[in-house]
This record gives sequence, C-alpha cells and structure tokens, in this order.
Amino acid sequence: MSVKRVRFTFPEALIQEPVIYLMGHEFRVITNVRMADVDEKTGWVILELEGDADEIDRSLAWAQAKGVRIDPVTGDVVEG
Amino acid sequence: MSYATALRCRECHREYPLAAHHVCEFCFGPVEVTYDYDRLRRNVTRESIERGPASLWRYRDFLPVDADAAIDIGAGYTPLIRAKNLGKALGLNNLYIKNDTVNPTWSFKDRVVAVAASRARELGFQKLACASTGNLANSVSAHAAAAGMEAVVFIPTNLELGKVLGSLIYAPTLVKVRGNYDDVNRLCAELAGQYEWAFVNVNVRPYYSEGSKTLGFEVAEQLGWRAPDHCVVPMASGSLYVKIRKGLEELAKAGIIDEPKTRMSGAQATGCSPIATAWQEGTLNFRPQKPDTIAKSLAIGNPADGYYSLVQLRDTNGGCGNVTDEEIIAGMKLLAETEGIFGETAGGVTIASLKQLAERGTIHPDELTVAFITGAGFKTVEAVVDHLQPALEIDPTIESFDRAYAAGHLTEAIA
Repeated sequence: MSVKRVRFTFPEALIQEPVIYLMGHEFRVITNVRMADVDEKTGWVILELEGDADEIDRSLAWAQAKGVRIDPVTGDVVEG
Repeated sequence: MSYATALRCRECHREYPLAAHHVCEFCFGPVEVTYDYDRLRRNVTRESIERGPASLWRYRDFLPVDADAAIDIGAGYTPLIRAKNLGKALGLNNLYIKNDTVNPTWSFKDRVVAVAASRARELGFQKLACASTGNLANSVSAHAAAAGMEAVVFIPTNLELGKVLGSLIYAPTLVKVRGNYDDVNRLCAELAGQYEWAFVNVNVRPYYSEGSKTLGFEVAEQLGWRAPDHCVVPMASGSLYVKIRKGLEELAKAGIIDEPKTRMSGAQATGCSPIATAWQEGTLNFRPQKPDTIAKSLAIGNPADGYYSLVQLRDTNGGCGNVTDEEIIAGMKLLAETEGIFGETAGGVTIASLKQLAERGTIHPDELTVAFITGAGFKTVEAVVDHLQPALEIDPTIESFDRAYAAGHLTEAIA
C-alpha cells in the first residue's frame, strides 16, 4: 500500500462536479481531504490517497484527464 | 553554536526538531526555523557581526548551522550600489541596486545553497540534489564539489548552454529530463520522496530558505544599520521576497536596527505571474500557471510561498510588477546602460517592474529603494543576442574605421 499527497486545483467548470467522490468509486483508492478552499470560481484541495501505487497513478491520470490540475503539496520542486 | 531552536509550522505553529523536515504533518503548512531571540539580543551586536568574514557567514548567529560546519565558497556580502543614473532615468532620487550577480556561481542561489548544504552535511547527508532551471543546479554542483559531497542535479532539456556548462564544470551527475515543465516537476517531486538525499529545496528547504535572509541583513548593514523604505524583489517561489523581510525583522528583534517599516514590492514576468495576477485580482488565492517566459529562473507556476507573498504584499503596502518579455529585455539593457551591471532575465524583470511601479506612483520618488539583481546576464545571453547594436566590422585601416564610425554615428543621429 502506498500513500500519496497531492494538491488538486479545480477550474471553474469542475467546481460543481463531485470529482473526489467519483474517483473513490472508479478506483480502489481511499481519498482523504486534509485541507481545502473552494469558492464559486476556483478551488484547491490537499488530498491524501491510499492504495496500490499503480491504482493511485491511474486515479490521478483520470482526474487530470477531467481537467483537474495536480501538483505536489509543497509547490513546484523545480527552481530557478 | 547556532541559536536555532526548532522548526515551527507557519500555519498551526506546531514545533518539530531541527531535522530534514519541510512540511507540517498535521496541516501541511511549511515549517521554518525559529531562534532564541533573547539570547541573540544579549550576545550579538553590530560590532560582532562586523568582525565576521566578508561573506554571508558574518551573519552565522542568525543561521541554522554551527559556524564550524559552514561550507564557505565566498557567497554573499555583495555590493550595494547607489544607482544615480538608473534612478534619474526612472525618477527615483534614492535608488540602490543590490548586485548579487557577483556571487561564486553568479546568482543569489549561492546564499541559500550555502546554508542548505552546510546543514545537510551536519545532518549526515552525503548527497546533495535539486531540480532546477539553471542557477540552483550551478550552485548545488559547486557547493557539493567544495564540500566533497556528491551532487545529483535534474534539469529540463531546453536550458540555456551557459546554465548547463555552469553545472557540468563541477562534475555533478547532471540529469536532463525529457518532458514539459509539469512532467519534470512531478518526476522530481517523486524522486525527492524516494531517495534519502538532501534535496536542497524540498526536504531541507527550511534551512535553504534561511539563506535568503542574508540579503536583508547585508542591505541593512550596508546602509549603516537601517532598513530601506522600499524593496523590489523578483518572485519565483516567493521565498526570497518573504525572507528578505524576515531578515530585517530579525535584526530588529535582536536590537540591531529599529523596527523595519519597509514596503515590499514584487516582480514577476507576465508569462509566469501567479502571484502578480492574484494581487491584481485582489485575492490571496493564486491559481497555478504553466510558465512561458524568457525569465526561466522565475518560472515557477505553483509557488510554494505564493500565499505568504500575497499576505506580505498586502501587509507592507507593496506593489507587484507584471512585465512582458519585451519589457524584460528593455530592463536588462537599461540596467546595463545606466549602471554597468549585466543582470540575467530575472534582473530584467526586476528593473522593468521597478519602472512600472515608479510610473504608477507605487514607489515614491524619495523613498530609499533597493532593487535586487539576483543573477548574472552571461547565463542568459540568448535572451538579448538579437536585441543589441552589432559591432562595427572594419578593415585594418584608419580610413575604414573612420568610415564605419561615422556611419554608426550617422545612424544614431537619424534614429
């Protein structure tokens, strides 16, 4: 079992969709919202995902394909 | 002996030991180093600092490393120049340039890496690593070489030649990663989690970012132990911008300068401006961007200190420049032509933003203003190569020279 922490950023078009709920149904991953700030235009969620490493990667690819931006929780790792 | 006492979460204030630990386990807030300011106040004076070496290690009491463990390749204590010509061009009567292009690997990254590398060695790490668009990789490679440590640095494939060679000369393991910026970022975040190495801006980031404070210390000392009225700082992750102010505040806590009232302004390129955009929209919630700018050293689309930068912009009544690639090149040329300093593209962002903020009236003409130039122009010659007046090419005769010189000046007169 692996645990991964990521930051989801939702575009306005996805604000009303239950993306995290659907992700938990489509894939065998446990989703745990640790922090969030969502308003009517945009929003971010820090999400902890637990499950098989490959299944986590598949679930993240699915969310990304839906239009969610996925980043490391620490912000960008590549620096100038 | 260091005066550092703990790592403390900036959000929930939980404390952690001074280990390789960068994010709060409870709220995911960033952790930063705290110090025993009472002891600092009792033991550290202007005179004790002035007796120190001509490098950032003169401020060792304010850094989280024992002085004996310092890896010192001469980073810091760079010139603060009274910029009368540039000031005249911009209508600023009291302008200074902090010229950090003259660091050992020609960028301010030597400050942060000096502290991170020293602390990493103290913590028992033997490998230094980073993911970088150039300057950071150069500095990690150089410090590792001087410290006898191994360096593993990751860069995107499309970097300027100067920045690639600027790492390779120190013989690190240099890894070029194929893919776009997001791919490189994601891979390196995973690598940092998998390998027990000191990734300077990931697991030892709290120590790394402390190095930026030394710019604030130096400016105050070089101004005769006073804080400037206004600073203009380039923003990538936002860490430098936040930490310069922390440096000024720490000097005040230690009783070395008066309480700073410094207004802090930032500078970003339009092609990667998550902080400047949020500032313009009046929100503290920035939206990550995909970088697309010639200022690659500022190309951080999801800045770790973006939120804290926006808070500081608000709290210090600062402003934020947001400048195009054309303005960046014009800024690089203006700095070079007025003050004789060849800064890299990030310097162009700072000068173009300084101009923008002066024109808007955000900077008052008589404020003592310091603009920070954080990297040397020779690393990014590609940005300006097609924008400079070409050389006069002549035959080896006086007639040929006279003709070419007259023609050159005729062109100037017509222009």
